[in-house]
Amino acid sequence: MTASQGEPRKTPLYEAHKALGARIIDFGGWWMPVSYPSGIIDEHKACRSAVGIFDVSHMGEVHFRGPRAAEAVQRLVTNAVGKLTDGHALYTVACHPTGGIVDDLIVYRVKADHFLIVVNAGNIAKDVAWFRQNVGTWCDIRDASDETALISFQGPKAQSALAALTRADLASLRAFDFVTDVDVAGVRSWVARTGYTGEDGFEVFCAAGDARRLWDHLVEAASPPGGKPVGLGARDTLRLEARLSLYGNDLDDNTSPLEAGLGWVVKPESGDFIGRDALMAQKAEGPRRKLVGFVMLGRGIARHGYPIHDLAGGAAVGQVTSGTTGLTVEKNIGMGYVPTRMAEPGGKLVVDCRGKMIEAEIVKGPFYQRPREGKK
Amino acid sequence: MSATYPDDLLYTKDHEWARISGKVATVGITKFAVDQLGDVTQVDLPKEGESVKAHEVFGSVESVKAVSDLFAPLTGKVVKVNSPLNDSPEYVNEDPYDEGWMIQVEMANLDEVKGLMSAEAYAKFLKESAE
Repeated sequence: MTASQGEPRKTPLYEAHKALGARIIDFGGWWMPVSYPSGIIDEHKACRSAVGIFDVSHMGEVHFRGPRAAEAVQRLVTNAVGKLTDGHALYTVACHPTGGIVDDLIVYRVKADHFLIVVNAGNIAKDVAWFRQNVGTWCDIRDASDETALISFQGPKAQSALAALTRADLASLRAFDFVTDVDVAGVRSWVARTGYTGEDGFEVFCAAGDARRLWDHLVEAASPPGGKPVGLGARDTLRLEARLSLYGNDLDDNTSPLEAGLGWVVKPESGDFIGRDALMAQKAEGPRRKLVGFVMLGRGIARHGYPIHDLAGGAAVGQVTSGTTGLTVEKNIGMGYVPTRMAEPGGKLVVDCRGKMIEAEIVKGPFYQRPREGKK
Repeated sequence: MSATYPDDLLYTKDHEWARISGKVATVGITKFAVDQLGDVTQVDLPKEGESVKAHEVFGSVESVKAVSDLFAPLTGKVVKVNSPLNDSPEYVNEDPYDEGWMIQVEMANLDEVKGLMSAEAYAKFLKESAE
């Protein structure tokens, strides 16, 4: 669950990935599938057109229980926990007193005295220590990461395929709703309408010991419409097209949510959360740099760490945080931090792609948006 | 479908192959390299007339995952570039030894060929490095 030193850890689905012939790499201290034999492009397209099934059991699950659980969670995160009702979740960040991001999270309100926070795999140890250090005496904090598996089931056919395995009323679940203790293919599960691909979809939690059974059923159910398991490679191209940030790439301890375009999860009126003062000051002044999305205009693919220049040349003014070939949008896309003066959509920047200076144009919003049938 | 490591080619430890015909060597990357890279989305190659030097970078391959350097197996002048790879980089995945060739080099020093590995030696090298 934690240290990236020594032998990487295995999720409960490691053997399933091996059996499928996945290419497995050490990802932040975990043996994880990068891709299955059909390859990243094929997996990406399967998720956009049918269903992608992802093992995300390496992510962490931390339970907060007790009369002061809501208060404890609110102390830690910037979004309005008080507005959550049972069976609803929200996306948020936890910040340092400086406003830098400790982690980006999803907070689930199970009951008034029980919240679940799902944290990034690479941050489990850091987050649990941070939570305990700050609110450890306010309520019971239990790290259930080891005994909990998480499978993501994403794509336009996700609901119809999942419906074959459960009597849970999936149609009534709207984005960020969830249900606890439902039966999915005979496995006791929690089902949330959340995801990280830009598609509609679900994330299914179950006990680690049941994960393989659930996975096999999900793979089978997804197969008729063309769904398949998807590795971390396509998970990255999918999330980047949807312009969702990845902690460690686009967010870290030194970036603030206001810089990262996550101002919408910062609700100063919701309580005295850690980092509130710094963020309010930053908001008043305006952040000095901003995370922008860009499309490459010339032939080149931006990668994490490549320097960004302005059109005038000279020293680098920023850095690429994520970049790839957008397989659905068929453009080379990326994100990076630039000075606020340069951050306007339509503006140009220059990416130093290993010595080749390639122009890029800043664009607003996600690179990819799924087609929607009317309004929800 | 061609052999994994065809017998008529010579190989390097950087996972390039060369097909020698007189003074000209056709160069590409091996099936092993292709499997490591995953889906190739862009190939950057030198221009015709430029020089390449054995063991030095002559271009790069972008895959969906990352960017990787290409190392020249031999020294010489680039006499031909597989320009269809500009629009169809997937040839490298689909047919690394044929449609996926990258450059043709007119060799400056034919002795360098002796430093390349046979298919058998390359397969042995891969096996040993996996252990």
